Amino acid sequence: MTVKTIRQALHEALEQEMRRDPRVVVIGEDVSGGAGTGGGRDAAGGVLGVTKGLIKEFGEARVIDTPITESAIMGAAAGAAMTGLRPVAELMFSDFLGVCFDQIFNQAAKFRYMFGGKARTPLVIRTMIGAGRSAAAQHSQSPYHIFTSVPGLKVVVPSNAYDAKGLLIQAIRDDDPVVFCEHKLMYDLKTEVPDEAYVIPFGEANVVRDGDDVTVVALSRMVHYAAEAAETLAAEGIECEIIDPRTTSPLDEDTILESVERTGRLVVVDEATPRCSMATDIAALVADRAFGALKAPVRRVSAPHTPVPFAPSLERLYIPDPERIAAAVRAVYGYAR
Amino acid sequence: MSTAFTAITMPKWGLTMTEGKVVQWLRPAGASFAAGDELLEIETSKITNVVEAESAGTLLRVVAAEGSTLPIGGLLAVIGPADAPAAEIDTFVAGFVVAEAAEQEAEAAEAPAPRMLDVAGTRLRYLELGSGDRVPVLLLHGFGADLNSWMFNQPALAEGRRVLALDLPGHGGSSRDVGSGDAEALAQAVEGFLADLDPGPVHLVGHSLGGAIAAMLAARGPELVRTLTLIAPAGLGPEINAAFIDGFVRASRRKDAVEVLQMLVHDPALVSRTMVEDVLRFKRLDGVAAALAAVAYAWFAGGRQTLDLTAEIAGLALPVQVIWGRDDRIIPVAHADAMAPGVPVHVLEAAGHLPHMEKAGEVNRLIRRFIDA
Repeated sequence: MTVKTIRQALHEALEQEMRRDPRVVVIGEDVSGGAGTGGGRDAAGGVLGVTKGLIKEFGEARVIDTPITESAIMGAAAGAAMTGLRPVAELMFSDFLGVCFDQIFNQAAKFRYMFGGKARTPLVIRTMIGAGRSAAAQHSQSPYHIFTSVPGLKVVVPSNAYDAKGLLIQAIRDDDPVVFCEHKLMYDLKTEVPDEAYVIPFGEANVVRDGDDVTVVALSRMVHYAAEAAETLAAEGIECEIIDPRTTSPLDEDTILESVERTGRLVVVDEATPRCSMATDIAALVADRAFGALKAPVRRVSAPHTPVPFAPSLERLYIPDPERIAAAVRAVYGYAR
Repeated sequence: MSTAFTAITMPKWGLTMTEGKVVQWLRPAGASFAAGDELLEIETSKITNVVEAESAGTLLRVVAAEGSTLPIGGLLAVIGPADAPAAEIDTFVAGFVVAEAAEQEAEAAEAPAPRMLDVAGTRLRYLELGSGDRVPVLLLHGFGADLNSWMFNQPALAEGRRVLALDLPGHGGSSRDVGSGDAEALAQAVEGFLADLDPGPVHLVGHSLGGAIAAMLAARGPELVRTLTLIAPAGLGPEINAAFIDGFVRASRRKDAVEVLQMLVHDPALVSRTMVEDVLRFKRLDGVAAALAAVAYAWFAGGRQTLDLTAEIAGLALPVQVIWGRDDRIIPVAHADAMAPGVPVHVLEAAGHLPHMEKAGEVNRLIRRFIDA
């Protein structure tokens, strides 16, 4: 067991699955990235280096560089999945889902259903989410809730390297299309990751911290901010239970509901915009199924309903932070009818 | 300084423990105690357990308050003669802190790490603690466990002797290749391990399935075994909790894992979230589910134990003792009745299938007394 970054964990998952199963291929913009440059065939290895080195071992038939055309990448990958390969396709920025949404939303997600269960679509779409790099409104969004709202898609939002590897291997071995959302600020985050291959089942939340006072459900990068807030709050005598759902579709409803049944209080932390979001979805779930247990209104800590600002000072205000999370927890903890 | 003080320090339980939290003191400052009395309760990220007194004494000074977290080796309390002057205790405490910082750095550098041994193509992981001339001890864990299950025992037994804890094939850090997975295959792996490592004759301590393997080894190579301690061993009767075995093999989610792990213990609070997570992380690795299923099928097909070792154990000329938890819900304590009248059987109250964890102090004393005799 060694300590690895999320980048290394994802690379290892791809490498091990490509060795195990010749049907696994990688396809996307610059997944090797060096053709026609002085840096050699493997110069880029993905914009963040996750796929670097794969072409050396597996060749260009299995590590397929494409033009900048998301619709072609997703269309080719969906067709390849249905006809027997297990493609891992890269949608570099999830912000560009609009360019290829038909291939994902109306094709890949529907094949199994439209063909009476006779078609399988073992497709993984790796895509970057998240603000915090001043990449402006068109390269900073977290639209996992849009994918989550589509029946037929599974959606993964890992928060650490251990989960990233196990969930990506599960995604590759899964027979349905999976959208795998990687936060662009977390690739260098480290944790202990087994060298062997392993799978984490979808729909199994991770309880990051035990506590009896307030349930905090947080996703992706927000898990770490919630953990920071929980440290501060513990010093004040408020114990948070932090739940990281790990997958938004399927969603581990039981773990959330059982926790709220015990704490009676819920704060949901979500970097995405608030309308029709995961924060809203989870708040509705609890209002619907655990209303009797609630001692205070549910609070959502999310981005505002605006595009992501480019100015660093505004972007900082846009992204939920530990202080806002702590304030929300204090508010529900101190709530009196 | 004229008075002889002894420090109680934060113990190290298991490979990954770096610090522990004082949950509560079970004896007040100033109280006298006997050997084996429970002094305090310590919580790690994985488990909560009590620290027992090694010998009789008086708790002169509680240094670590309830709720405080200390690194391994950190000073918890000072014990010594009841009439010790307060000033001398102060000096001891002040002096200890300085000594402890340096010691700890040295200790961290050479913290015992498990090693791998290749035995006839099968990679086996083991952890060795202690050194000395006394006859070594080999610890064999039960089904689904690993060498970490001896975290409360291995350090306590490693005074003046080597204590080896092995991961059986298919378990812990050992190879996932279990062959047929049956008693013969596992016993051969352990025999190969002993032949390669060549520690000379050993005291064998085996828990559950590991107990059955220990008994087989003793019957097949009595010259290699000095004594045999069987803790809730398999192989003494047909009953086995099939719901536990099936549930353990199948569990891939936390909820199912908690349910089966709680069957192992008298006090369900022993099953911490981290312990469950560790089991799940192990079970998720490629090859583990198949290995465990193969072992379960070979040993417990149809929900019954297929291996009967009562004749082999009755035929042993070497000393044998049996330790069992009264509330064992995996293998019934009544199986101990199969032992010959001369074999000491220790049934521990308020313990389930894991007496070596739940009643570690008592089990350690029983083993030490037995192997020192």
